[in-house]
Amino acid sequence: MNIKRYFAAFVILFVLLNIALVMNLCIGSVNIPLSEFYKMANRLPADETYQEIITQIRAPRALAAIILGGAIALSGYLLQTFFHNPIATPFTLGVSSGAKLIVALVMVASLGYKSLLNSWTMIFAAFVGSMLCMGFVILMSKAIRQMAMLIVSGVMIGYICSAVTDFVVTFADDADIVNLHNWSQGSFSGINWENVRVMAIIVVITTICVFLLSKPISAYQMGEAYAQNMGLNVQQFRVIIVILSSILSACVTAFAGPVSFVGIAVPHLVKGLLKTAQPILMIPACFLGGSSFCLFCDLLARTVFAPTELSISTVTAILGAPVVIYILLRRKKEKVG
Amino acid sequence: MKQGCLFTEKLTVGYDGLPLIHDIEIEVNKGEIVSLIGPNGAGKTTILRSIIQQLPPIYGVVWLDGQQLNQMTGKERAQKLSVVLTERVNPEMMSCQDVVATGRYPYTGTFGILSQKDRDIVRSSMELVHISDLRDRDFNKISDGQKQRVMLARALCQQPDVVVLDEPTSFLDIRYKLEFLTILQEMSRKQNLTVLMSLHELDLAGRISDKIACVRGDRIDRFGTPEEIFTRGYIPQLYHMTTGSYDELTGNLELEPVHQPPNTFVIAGNGTGTRIFRKLQREGNSFVAGILWENDVDYASAKSLAAEVISVPAFHHISNLKVLQAKEYINRCDSVICTLNTSDMVGFAQILNDLVKYAITQDKLTPI
Repeated sequence: MNIKRYFAAFVILFVLLNIALVMNLCIGSVNIPLSEFYKMANRLPADETYQEIITQIRAPRALAAIILGGAIALSGYLLQTFFHNPIATPFTLGVSSGAKLIVALVMVASLGYKSLLNSWTMIFAAFVGSMLCMGFVILMSKAIRQMAMLIVSGVMIGYICSAVTDFVVTFADDADIVNLHNWSQGSFSGINWENVRVMAIIVVITTICVFLLSKPISAYQMGEAYAQNMGLNVQQFRVIIVILSSILSACVTAFAGPVSFVGIAVPHLVKGLLKTAQPILMIPACFLGGSSFCLFCDLLARTVFAPTELSISTVTAILGAPVVIYILLRRKKEKVG
Repeated sequence: MKQGCLFTEKLTVGYDGLPLIHDIEIEVNKGEIVSLIGPNGAGKTTILRSIIQQLPPIYGVVWLDGQQLNQMTGKERAQKLSVVLTERVNPEMMSCQDVVATGRYPYTGTFGILSQKDRDIVRSSMELVHISDLRDRDFNKISDGQKQRVMLARALCQQPDVVVLDEPTSFLDIRYKLEFLTILQEMSRKQNLTVLMSLHELDLAGRISDKIACVRGDRIDRFGTPEEIFTRGYIPQLYHMTTGSYDELTGNLELEPVHQPPNTFVIAGNGTGTRIFRKLQREGNSFVAGILWENDVDYASAKSLAAEVISVPAFHHISNLKVLQAKEYINRCDSVICTLNTSDMVGFAQILNDLVKYAITQDKLTPI
């Protein structure tokens, strides 16, 4: 029965998220025993060092992974819907690289004026970058009917933007640039509570908006012509989807840099778990899945080669790229068969 | 104001501001079935897309129940008009029932959750189109013909007053073509559903349509009942046919005859000849057919395929002149084929038997 399956899927996602969260909070250069964690969770007196580590370092980072992970998965899902293409994501279409470029430029330009560089400015810069690249990709999609070529051109845009970013980062010589370099590789490190508050506000509001759009999204899945006949204002809907997915990916890029493959892998895996493409289920499931996926990846990034930290994209690519290859192989088989 | 469920007024359609077909005046009354016919690339799809507001018209208006279609909200329009298009649908992980249920979109609430009533309508639409057994099948894994029927169920599930279909029968085999059109006819009769569609099959268009619009060049060349449209010689003209022939009365379609001096004489009639005429054409033989009455079933195909047909007007006696003419051809031909039984060539047709005897004396009668 379908309802049972959906229910089971959500329970699994929820349990995964909680396990990942507890692991992220407890495991690290200092391992915190579960007994201590239990005390803290129940507001009982616990070791103060542990408390410090969790509340000041690990909790904001884990929360960021949850919020941003959900955001990446969701923005990937939106773009896949928009382009009717299972491997469209902010990363593959070059949108997050565009955001990265603008953020890097803003960062470098404002090195002298630290006060300007708050979370909101970063998000705004990333949003501008996303929209610029998105606009470019949409223009290209008008000219390029073939979806594979669209992805290739998106990847090219991504390379160009990354190259320019590297150029900017290399020549902007300042001590702060070390941070910038880490960030441009993609990382959840160095996130504070203030950042978490800002990203939570933006991502939660945007996600609610996306969820409210689940009915029009289901119409759009039937193709534009049928969607239009169902009474959907397709033009307006497309604009809204682009803006929402850009806000989500901008938020991710602003705080964690570009994060690859989560946007493809998570919606695909979640779809396999739910065995449905109904947006009303996919949207929350993608968010939960993205959160858990990013928590696990961040845990690996932090711990595998500790104390050296891997960039988040390194881990997500290793785990996510095989999923993409699988999708491509399966699609090919379906066309032949 | 004109009375009619759906009509177009001075509608001019085209792409990027360039008019393709102008002054389209099609009127579809409530419960009527109207078909668009015309050659490939004539713009049938363009007209339909403009009518359903997927393509902005260059000039003119489309009226639906006295309201301008382009001024309705999407939801209002969706509750009155549904479509079956040629566009391919590739929904992921959707069962046929899910696809049909998307037709309920204009009726459901903010989250699109189906009520019991919605589900009942989905079920009855699927029953109507005889696809209940496909309910749980993956839409992407059924045949094109089945998909087309699912899309019809989807369109009906939208409970429209008008349904617009673009070449709905193209992917269907002969059984489902008839079934599909029968469903439309039933819906139009019983529930007053108004149907506007483009059709490739002229014979079916002529049988199912209350009215037919012929798209030709930059205009609607004719708009009227099938009787008004299928006048002698019109269809080859409409389709710019240069080879073969089409008989408007019988819907008989024949390939181009062999253009050579005839070497065979066929004595036929009563429907026995057509197969032989086609066989001779396939084998590249030119022939003369006769003597046929013009109301004979074989007459249309003979007219299309034979180098010469010796015919007499319906219900008339065969004149001696015609007999002489026939003997003249028999003299010139290498062989004579008779598709009729001797027992059938009596009374009126006794003369045909005389021709057979004449052929025997010439030693030209060849068995079939």
